[in-house]
Amino acid sequence: MPKDHGIGASSKRREDVRFLTGKGRYTDDINLRGQAHAVFVRSQVAHGKIRKIDTSDAEAMPGVLKVFTSADFDGKGGVPCGWQIHDRAGNPMLEPKHPILAEGKVRYVGDAVACVVAETLEQARDAAEAVVVDIDELPAVIDMKEAVKGGALVHDELGSNLCYDWGFIEDNKAATDEAFKTAHHVTTLELVNNRLIPNAMEPRVAIGDYSQAGDDYTLYTTSQNPHMIRLLMGAFVLSIPEHKLRVVAPDVGGGFGSKIFHYVEEAFVTHASKVVNRPVKWTCSRSESFLTDAHGRDHVTKIELALDKDGHFQAIRTETYANMGAYLSTFSTAVPTYLHGTLMAGNYKTPHVYVNVKAVFTNTVPVDAYRGAGRPEATYQLERVIDMAAREMGIDPIEIRRRNFVQPDEFPYQTPVAVQYDTGNYQATMDKLIEIADLAGFEKRRAESAKKGLLRGLGVNCYIEACGIAPSNLVGQLGARAGLYESATVRVNATGGLVVMTGSHSHGQGHETAFPQVIAEMIGIPENMIEVVHGDTANTPMGMGTYGSRSLAVGGSAMVKATNKIIAKAKKIAAHLMEASEGDIELKDGKFSVAGTDKSVDWGAVCLAAYVPHNYPLESLEPGLEETAFYDPSNFTYPAGAYACEVEVDPETGKVTICSFAAADDFGNVVNPMIVSGQVHGGLAQGIGQAMLEAAAYDENGQLLSGSYMDYAMPRADDLPFYKVDHSCQTPCTHNPLGVKGCGEAGAIGSPPAVVNAVIDALQRGGHKHVTHIDMPVSPSRVWQAING
Amino acid sequence: MYNFDFVKPTSLADAVKAMAQEDAQALGGGQTLIPTLKQRLASPAVLVSLSGIAEMKGVCVGDDGALCIGGATPHATVAKEAAAKFPALAALAAGIGDPAVRNRGTIGGSLANNDPSACYPSAVLATGATIVTNTRKIAADDFFEGLFTTALEPGEIITEVRFPVPERGAYAKFQQPASRFALTGAFVAKYGSGVRVAITGASENGVFRWTEAEKALSANFSAGALDGLTVPSDGLIGDLHGTPAYRANLVKVMTKRAVASA
Amino acid sequence: MKVSMTVNGKAVSGEAEGRTLLSSFLRDGLGLTGTHVGCDTSQCGACVVHVDGKAVKSCTVFAADAAGANVTTIEGMANPDGTLGTLQQAFQDHHGLQCGFCTPGMVMSAAALLADNPKPTAAEVRHHLEGNICRCTGYHNIVKAVLAASGQDADRIAAE
Repeated sequence: MPKDHGIGASSKRREDVRFLTGKGRYTDDINLRGQAHAVFVRSQVAHGKIRKIDTSDAEAMPGVLKVFTSADFDGKGGVPCGWQIHDRAGNPMLEPKHPILAEGKVRYVGDAVACVVAETLEQARDAAEAVVVDIDELPAVIDMKEAVKGGALVHDELGSNLCYDWGFIEDNKAATDEAFKTAHHVTTLELVNNRLIPNAMEPRVAIGDYSQAGDDYTLYTTSQNPHMIRLLMGAFVLSIPEHKLRVVAPDVGGGFGSKIFHYVEEAFVTHASKVVNRPVKWTCSRSESFLTDAHGRDHVTKIELALDKDGHFQAIRTETYANMGAYLSTFSTAVPTYLHGTLMAGNYKTPHVYVNVKAVFTNTVPVDAYRGAGRPEATYQLERVIDMAAREMGIDPIEIRRRNFVQPDEFPYQTPVAVQYDTGNYQATMDKLIEIADLAGFEKRRAESAKKGLLRGLGVNCYIEACGIAPSNLVGQLGARAGLYESATVRVNATGGLVVMTGSHSHGQGHETAFPQVIAEMIGIPENMIEVVHGDTANTPMGMGTYGSRSLAVGGSAMVKATNKIIAKAKKIAAHLMEASEGDIELKDGKFSVAGTDKSVDWGAVCLAAYVPHNYPLESLEPGLEETAFYDPSNFTYPAGAYACEVEVDPETGKVTICSFAAADDFGNVVNPMIVSGQVHGGLAQGIGQAMLEAAAYDENGQLLSGSYMDYAMPRADDLPFYKVDHSCQTPCTHNPLGVKGCGEAGAIGSPPAVVNAVIDALQRGGHKHVTHIDMPVSPSRVWQAING
Repeated sequence: MYNFDFVKPTSLADAVKAMAQEDAQALGGGQTLIPTLKQRLASPAVLVSLSGIAEMKGVCVGDDGALCIGGATPHATVAKEAAAKFPALAALAAGIGDPAVRNRGTIGGSLANNDPSACYPSAVLATGATIVTNTRKIAADDFFEGLFTTALEPGEIITEVRFPVPERGAYAKFQQPASRFALTGAFVAKYGSGVRVAITGASENGVFRWTEAEKALSANFSAGALDGLTVPSDGLIGDLHGTPAYRANLVKVMTKRAVASA
Repeated sequence: MKVSMTVNGKAVSGEAEGRTLLSSFLRDGLGLTGTHVGCDTSQCGACVVHVDGKAVKSCTVFAADAAGANVTTIEGMANPDGTLGTLQQAFQDHHGLQCGFCTPGMVMSAAALLADNPKPTAAEVRHHLEGNICRCTGYHNIVKAVLAASGQDADRIAAE
């Protein structure tokens, strides 16, 4: 019987009721009394020197309160980058200022040059059109490999477009090079990890609200991590101390990374609301979000895999160009380095691994973390090159993987790229995959496809990811400018209900449902006695927010710690009430009892005693039942799995149809299987989208060619199949109290290579032996071109 | 978007009058025009909605057997009501946009806009349909004048489109993956007098007749009849979603598929 | 100009310019913020409402064009006692939503499908929802929810 309550139950999501009845409260649903509207004037060219900005016509237009330019932000800071990378020689990365409004130069199409604040949105739009920006256009820096050769500079003052040239681990390089010299076989693959646009369905919104009475500010924003926005914006940009700045992120309509970062518009509305002494609201249009939300991926990589005669991996060597875009977004620099290089060992035992990454400035939208962030890039190149090596050496692609797996009895396993995997069982997830994907029936299905004139192919791959990036002291040494702990306050009320105030912030993950499941299990009370409060710096402890599949592993652990403190104190109270020794008190099903007796007192009575302390050990115990905990993990968690995709390729048109997709994941323990499956589904759709459909494309002048849903192909319901997902293979994490690993990004990390492997397999089996690789997205035209090329 | 006066006449006569005002613009279903207005790429002074004119809506059969569709008829209505008489046209209408778009978008609006990737122009051209306006009748061969350009005069309103129903006909569309407009679409229509083939989505000049295919199919209405033909890629669209050579390939593949399903 | 219509069974009227979209009339004029705006090219479908029983994208209809019409939004989909309607309940039961932003449009489109086709196949559901983009769910559970709301065995169909 599946559980109907607590950890392991598929509890229905309580937040759904408001979302299904139109009662959600997203940032754009908030309208403050007297609010004015902001519309940005954005650069139409990718690169240019600003000669003059004439705001006089605009300022004279009806309803206009003020037209802002960079001069209005004199003395304010730029938007900071949250992670400083040091290059191969130990020098710090090049780090330009990212001003709120462009200073001197524009650096990408969409760069904010000026901003109109007016009474109504349409008045602001009208006036924005009347702002005259005179720009001397400069050559656009678009191609990364060209950018590092010299020529035009995105940031003149830096003297180079190369942000950093990073080696990981530099000490591994010589041994890795040596291993290639003696290898039996070397497979080399050059590939592109295509640039993506996150496209959370809710566009970004920010409302600044300055109160003259208290000289304080409130920012309402579409954010995954309101505390971090408060810290970054308050401390680094606007010099507002935290106690004068409240950041509220109400219901957030998806993020996928894109709402982690501190954006200039947030700082703008906060500052502008003081200048015009009115609330200032900015709502991003979708067209604008294509040009301003941080993009994802955009790596160009050469990977080499050295093997011995039996197909055992001897060494991996990579060289990657990673696009930073025009400015360094919050986590941009960490993505191609510590979120990517550390995963290059994959699920395999490879003695020597060396990763080189060149991060490059270009005249494009800043690039930052997008679902998976660095780990999809690592997985894709590794799992593609393994597939290619298997084909070249005549070894079955599943067999070559099994042969190289870190075996179940080899954990903890220290990789040559710094991280230590605590647990895993890659053979088990592969076995499970073979079962749920019915790989035994593939040949029969292939024959059916062939009768229709279609080429069927099978792609299989593995992935490993690292979630809950930590511990803070280690990431600090690696250049992180923030801690990576999480926090929770558990406040028990006098009649036994309780509230968890967490620094994590759901933007679709169902925290309001899953978090109470954990506490309900721990105390033995119904889930509906527990509420979650999140998304508001005024009533939650300082926390780092939700990204990197960290909320349950890190935020959940903080909540467990806080709840354990509550239980410990409650036991003291119960011991007093029952005149027993604290050590004899047991808590089960919401009842405290004295071991070996029939004496008991229930949860509610203990809570009441804590707040109405008439019969209470006041001399040794404070009244009240409220505890806060911060949790800083000692290691990452390492979810892993095996994925399989079957495709049909129409050789006449190049069209690829996903026939089936199966995912066998090991997430450790699972709190809500329904939500976990949903997370995998969503990740798969994004990964399949990357592999088949999505591409942010720039022309040589830096114009975004895929700037709307007319050209940026989003996965639709009829592009995708029902998925087969399984997470019954569970090797619990050894270092967090719940034994959980994180499931939010797995689907997006593991699925792209499966799709491309399947397409190549289909073409190979169909006799198109010359096709060994197609870059993503494997669109109809690219597949047709490959067949006919 | 820029502001404008909005009027919604209930008769064609009132609509014609309203269209006589300076910078008046007709609004069919608005599924292309409204996004265009949002981008501030058009600035009409008056927008004349045609959605309230009953006499411009509906599907019927004319005395000559032609299928007549009112200019303000939404795609969803055509998909339903043309299904028995002209299934190929109904299927085409059922594949435009998505259900919500089909509930608003109209045949007159689509033809007046003449997007090079729209579906309807191929049906109109392949069937040699007649476009009826408030002032005249225009033959399909004279109507389409290239990218977003038609023979319509300013203020002229498409009131009806008359389709001679072919003995056999079909539309085969290859979707552009993002917009789901036709990356290339082929409409074939077989009449006693011969076969007509119209291609949309492929050419820089908008919808066109593939006369070589018409000739081959008039002699032998089978997909195999097209085997020997090649489609030059000159003048075909090249963009993110396909090169001219790819579209040239699709012209042939989609035409064959249309013939096979006709 | 003054625009009047019936929304969720109630007669309403409000001021609108010629350019006022039905979506902003509902959201800003009437405070019915359940209807969401996720794009400006008439593609994402977050804004779908019913006008005279037909699903339309309210960001691509002028308020004035809907004058006199009968409009239903997500706020009008619950049972009279406020509990979730069959389709809404199926979305919750099958975890057919995550962030909830596309959900109102998704429910309104699905409701239009079921009104027209009470027992759709999975392929018909997918095809019908092509104008509603969801970035969270991968559609799996949305399709299941719609199948379940039509009285079919969604688990079995999804496993086939």
